[in-house]
Amino acid sequence: MSRGVIEVRGIVNRFGMQVVHDGLDMDVFEGEVFGIVGGSGSGKSVLMRTILGLQRPAAGTVKLYGRDITTLSEQELRHVKRGYGVTFQHGALFSSLTVRQNIELPMAEFFQLDKATLDGLAALKVAMVGLPAEALDKYPAQLSGGMIKRAALARSLALDPKLLFLDEPTAGLDPIAAAGFDELLLDLQRNLELTVVMVTHDLDTIFRTCNRVGVIVERRMTSDTVEGIVANPQPWIREYFHGPRARAATQAGAADRGA
Amino acid sequence: MFLDPHQQGGVVTLRVSGRWLIENLAAIELELGRLDGIQAQTLVIDTTGLEELDLSGAWALFERVRRFEQAGLKAEWRGRTPDQIRFIEHTLTVSKRPVAAAEVGLDLAEPVRSLGRWAVTQAASAKISLAFLGRICSVLGSAFTSPKRVRLAALVRHVIETGMHAVPIVSLIAFLISVIIAYMGANELRRFGAEIFVVDLVTIGVLRELGVLLTAIIVAGRSGSAFAAEIGVMKLNEEVDALHAIGTNPVEVLVIPRVLGLVIALPLLTVIADAVGLTGGGLLCYYLLDIPPAQYLARVQESIAPTTFWVGIIKAPVFAFLIAYIGTLRGMQVRESSRELGRLTTVAVVQSIFLVILADALFAVLFLELDI
Repeated sequence: MSRGVIEVRGIVNRFGMQVVHDGLDMDVFEGEVFGIVGGSGSGKSVLMRTILGLQRPAAGTVKLYGRDITTLSEQELRHVKRGYGVTFQHGALFSSLTVRQNIELPMAEFFQLDKATLDGLAALKVAMVGLPAEALDKYPAQLSGGMIKRAALARSLALDPKLLFLDEPTAGLDPIAAAGFDELLLDLQRNLELTVVMVTHDLDTIFRTCNRVGVIVERRMTSDTVEGIVANPQPWIREYFHGPRARAATQAGAADRGA
Repeated sequence: MFLDPHQQGGVVTLRVSGRWLIENLAAIELELGRLDGIQAQTLVIDTTGLEELDLSGAWALFERVRRFEQAGLKAEWRGRTPDQIRFIEHTLTVSKRPVAAAEVGLDLAEPVRSLGRWAVTQAASAKISLAFLGRICSVLGSAFTSPKRVRLAALVRHVIETGMHAVPIVSLIAFLISVIIAYMGANELRRFGAEIFVVDLVTIGVLRELGVLLTAIIVAGRSGSAFAAEIGVMKLNEEVDALHAIGTNPVEVLVIPRVLGLVIALPLLTVIADAVGLTGGGLLCYYLLDIPPAQYLARVQESIAPTTFWVGIIKAPVFAFLIAYIGTLRGMQVRESSRELGRLTTVAVVQSIFLVILADALFAVLFLELDI
């Protein structure tokens, strides 16, 4: 098996009396696409925030590339944060900046680069995510939902991370745009040798892109390959992958994989 | 340390080595810059010594090689072309060649054009403001025939928020200002033995001008900005569109309660400010000038004309309308970004204070002409 990139052991997260995670384990290996699945309120976003170092867990360890980020200082954490890219559910593009400025912001923040280099890199990132060059000088409010997701992906790739976190990358997109995003993600993941962790509800995206899936049930995580998780007998997981909305996607996914 | 160029006749060999990563990009660009002006026919890029390469490093190399190729050199890669270079080549050729940021050149027509744009924007903005005023008036007018169009619950909430919650700060400011006036006046008037006129100064000053003006300015800062920000965030969240879609009139739901609420609250606040101001003046007279409260009150009665109080209070609803109108108008103009929200909130406060003072000046002229 390839190298472990993320190693989460025994995470406990609680808000007041409410326990969200209780001894949750999770492993992500280099070069895979890992999907995090769970019901509403099961703590998917909290888990992601914990791994990103935006929130310290009450107990447990989170290792990114072998370093336990729960014990790092703010300064060290800043260095870790440089090494991954994140897209948020609603894009979280800075609304007062153009797409170009959004992409250049992290680069200019960390490195002393001249304007021509920044512009060139921004243009490359925009082309990479399949946006037209005209999008560079537009403001987020002038972009469609699909373009915002792509622009957010371009910004998350600004510092050439090897690890990418995506929160609901296809939520709110029409099926064609969502499928387009899936293909783009796969293409970039192969070419840039990315490790991708995504929180998603989109079964089509899971079947198309994920190598392995982790399901949060009862405050812990069950992870397996996509085929393995579909065959899992746990009631909630069965319901999730065999419910009325899941069947079509399962069949389409099987057909995709067969092809 | 990243580049080692060798020239042999018409062939330049570039030995690329080290870690070509984004954190080293500034240094890499510097070394690449030294290649400018090399004269050769063939460029050989030797990447066998390369330790690490990320996309940004690859882009820097790719760009430089491309520029040499455009200058007529033949580029050859020794060993395997790195995958990243292939990927960039593919990306940039599949998509249309990305345009660089528009060059800003000297353009003499630009000042004229920007003046024209400014004028058009101003005219459009004036039109929008007038239309908004019209919409408020039409809803208010129709409220006479169908009183249900005034949302009572919202109206009461705004009276409480803009009025009652402002009582402490308005009282404090009114108290301090009247004390300051009385103190300054006492110092000057004592020289003429005319201390008793301090009472006239405070009474007329507070009742006619300062009570209402200071209250209006405080309320403009407090509530004018709150109106703009509240409605602005609702615009950004598409809540205003949702109101439209439900079939309600946003002016009726959001603007009228705020306007009427403030029109009710500001005169009441002014009465409180007047009272606290007179009390403050009285306290200072008692402690500094030994004027007993009974004499102070008698002097207050003597110094005011029947209209003095009303001259002040009549301005309050007008100021209130201006503040609420500007605040809600600017809130409704927020579009697209959070920066707009901040800008328009600032504009709302500055403009409403300006309009309040302007209106006060007009009132002064009016009252002078009316001889009251």
